[in-house]
Amino acid sequence: MAVFSSLAEAVAANIRDGDTVAFEGFTHLIPFAAVHETIRQKRRDLHLVRMTPDLIYDQLIGMGCVRKLTFSWGGNPGVGSLHRFRDAVENDWPRPLEVDEHSHAALANAYEAGAAGLPCAILRGYRGTQHGSVNPNIKSVTCPFTGEVLAAVPSIRADCAVIHAQKADRKGNVFLEGIVGVQKEAVLGAKRAIVTVEEVVDDLGDVSPNACILPSWTVSAVVEVPGGAHPSYAHGYYKRDNAYYKAWEDIGREREVFLKWMEEHVMRQGPDAFKRHAMKAA
Amino acid sequence: MADFSPTEMMTVAAARVLRNEDVCFVGIGMPSAACNLARLSHAPDITLIYESGTIATKPDVLPLSIGDGELCETALATVSVPEMFRYWLQGGRINRGFLGAAQLDRFANINTTVIGPYGKPKVRLPGSGGAPEIATSCGEIFIVMAQSKRSFVDKLDFVTSLGHGKGGDDRQKQGVTTKGPTLVVTDLCIMQPDPVTKELTVTGLHPGVTPEQVAAATGWALKFAPELTETPPPSDAELAVLRALHQRTNEAHQPKAAE
Repeated sequence: MAVFSSLAEAVAANIRDGDTVAFEGFTHLIPFAAVHETIRQKRRDLHLVRMTPDLIYDQLIGMGCVRKLTFSWGGNPGVGSLHRFRDAVENDWPRPLEVDEHSHAALANAYEAGAAGLPCAILRGYRGTQHGSVNPNIKSVTCPFTGEVLAAVPSIRADCAVIHAQKADRKGNVFLEGIVGVQKEAVLGAKRAIVTVEEVVDDLGDVSPNACILPSWTVSAVVEVPGGAHPSYAHGYYKRDNAYYKAWEDIGREREVFLKWMEEHVMRQGPDAFKRHAMKAA
Repeated sequence: MADFSPTEMMTVAAARVLRNEDVCFVGIGMPSAACNLARLSHAPDITLIYESGTIATKPDVLPLSIGDGELCETALATVSVPEMFRYWLQGGRINRGFLGAAQLDRFANINTTVIGPYGKPKVRLPGSGGAPEIATSCGEIFIVMAQSKRSFVDKLDFVTSLGHGKGGDDRQKQGVTTKGPTLVVTDLCIMQPDPVTKELTVTGLHPGVTPEQVAAATGWALKFAPELTETPPPSDAELAVLRALHQRTNEAHQPKAAE
């Protein structure tokens, strides 16, 4: 059953040095507050998994928390580079970064295979490309029925998955909607899961019978962090802060500017800093 | 006729190739602008699909990311990302893919991974995203990108997504049954693969562009068709729709005055 706790307690209890952690949310419901808490707790040697590293992994990488990155698209969407990610790959700063690079299709399949308890995912992918020549985690299998050669990648079964969702009820059942990405798969494939939510409610209300629900017993910790996905967005609550994503280009480019910004906006803050971004659509 | 920029010409020329009945997987950036221009002009019922899982989306402003809220709010349906890639893309339901690239070679293979060696890159680019499987699972691929010697190169630093491989029937030899890139639209010209060799060949020039200009912006000895068409310039109506779309987008992405 999910435990309700503070964000600091949830991170301390569920994310350890050296863990494989998937902070997910495909452009939507990105768990910024939980990432900032992880940075404040100075976790080290993490193996991070995420389809689109986004600003959160730029911040974790730049703050020296990360040993290895499994990903499929490492940019600032619509803006350009993730400069901290690039600095780690191109110049080993602040430390060398091991890269396990895939396509979106492969990682989406790998998350689904993880949730399904399978050791690997099989897809019609990577054909005619060089990915397999640089990543030993991309192999092939032959279909025993048709003889078709298909790509195989290891499934993703993280030590801890971290997601942000719209709501939880008081028992810790979690509800999310909108672009749901790979969040359900990341949680069901992981040993432990932290979910931050916009609000905890008495009753999830009149949701569709097919709604995306993670029952309380699939989640380790639920934390109410209003605005916790900012500058990404929460469908039905607040919009994506595209101006912030554009501003990151200048914040992230230089090491000194980045470190100063992180000190001021992350290290000296707490989850309450996200509250001012919380808003519920009428 | 209104004045127009080379980028506007490229976007308009790319939009024109889409049809009302197309089901199109949309890449972010220039492809997204072209696809939405098509939807807002001659192809109002086109089905636009973004990899975030949004099916038949009709955004009023261009999304900055492939998962902006606008895409979900205006979509017919939003599915999970594994479902998008497995059932809809790999399942063969999508007949067009519209992609951009950092580097392109003469057989329309795409690099969006690195400039320089993979292990020690000079420039680490974002990587593949959905492109490797879009390039092989969509019925047919259109590519739109600005042309320069840096982007149209003799040899890719990394093959992220398959075009026509080494040319000829190499694509089929890789086990791929879809058509692959059939059209490349740049800010200077239109290219199509030769029917046999699959080498990109210039078949049309945009207004005021010379073959010498195109050759100078290409990193290999580019072939030209014997008869070159001239791309009709953007109409007033096309330009009005495109500029209004960009204006709405810029306003939507400004910082909020209240914050």
